[in-house]
Amino acid sequence: MTVLDSTTDPATLTMTFVAEFDAAPEAVWQVWEDPRKLERWWGPPTYPATFTRHEFVEGGECRYHMTGPEGDQHHAWWRIESIGKPHTLELTDGFAGDDGEPLPGDEPVTMRVTFEPTDGGTRMTTVTHFVSTEQLEKMLEMGMQEGMRLAMGQIDAVLASAA
Amino acid sequence: MVVDDWSDGELDRVFHALADPTRRDILVRTMRAGESVSSLAGHYRMSFAAVQKHVAVLERAGLVNKQRHGREQIVHGDPETLRRATTLLERYERLWTDRATRIAGILADEEGNTT
Repeated sequence: MTVLDSTTDPATLTMTFVAEFDAAPEAVWQVWEDPRKLERWWGPPTYPATFTRHEFVEGGECRYHMTGPEGDQHHAWWRIESIGKPHTLELTDGFAGDDGEPLPGDEPVTMRVTFEPTDGGTRMTTVTHFVSTEQLEKMLEMGMQEGMRLAMGQIDAVLASAA
Repeated sequence: MVVDDWSDGELDRVFHALADPTRRDILVRTMRAGESVSSLAGHYRMSFAAVQKHVAVLERAGLVNKQRHGREQIVHGDPETLRRATTLLERYERLWTDRATRIAGILADEEGNTT
């Protein structure tokens, strides 16, 4: 796996992530389509995801939760907006209440994923668009302790290079 | 904690301020060196009052601060606030890097199983 590009744009609240994998687009597509594979990578290791509903068709609804180290559960949902197997996928990802259903008034994140064949592999591009800064903050709060520690390390590096 | 210091609405003001090209330009200019509002106004095809408004939006977001220097207000960019906003998005990037690593692991497992 190679991360080719990762760009954040604070002005438009967009994050673009490009990575290449040594597998055909059909295989990379499977890690999204197959809920048991999806669960192995969507949540951080300390906040594994469980998909209790996974309708991987256009207009389909998905429900999942992440379980934290204290047994705390954080519910969320997807709606599959479009499917162009195995090349394009568009979905919205939002927060849900304890009943697992979307929180009214919550603004979901939209995500567009493309899978392009390369020499013996696949280039996967994910463009995430946040509608609000609260959404981004919540996203980061949800089971991202690990990422946070790493981010702290990055801050030190930034400060060191600025000095 | 540094990155979690945002108060309610503060982050919104930062991203709102950054969403305008003139304000981003003001920020870049004043980040390098302080510049007076009247000098800034000379760069744009808009009224002094309009530039002043842009500066006020940046100031409310904590992206710039103004210092009185004689009769003039000197605008200085605040790199700290910008860095904090970027850090937030970088944390999301980090999340994706970790996910990609796990995806690669799954794909490698499968290859091991089929060959």
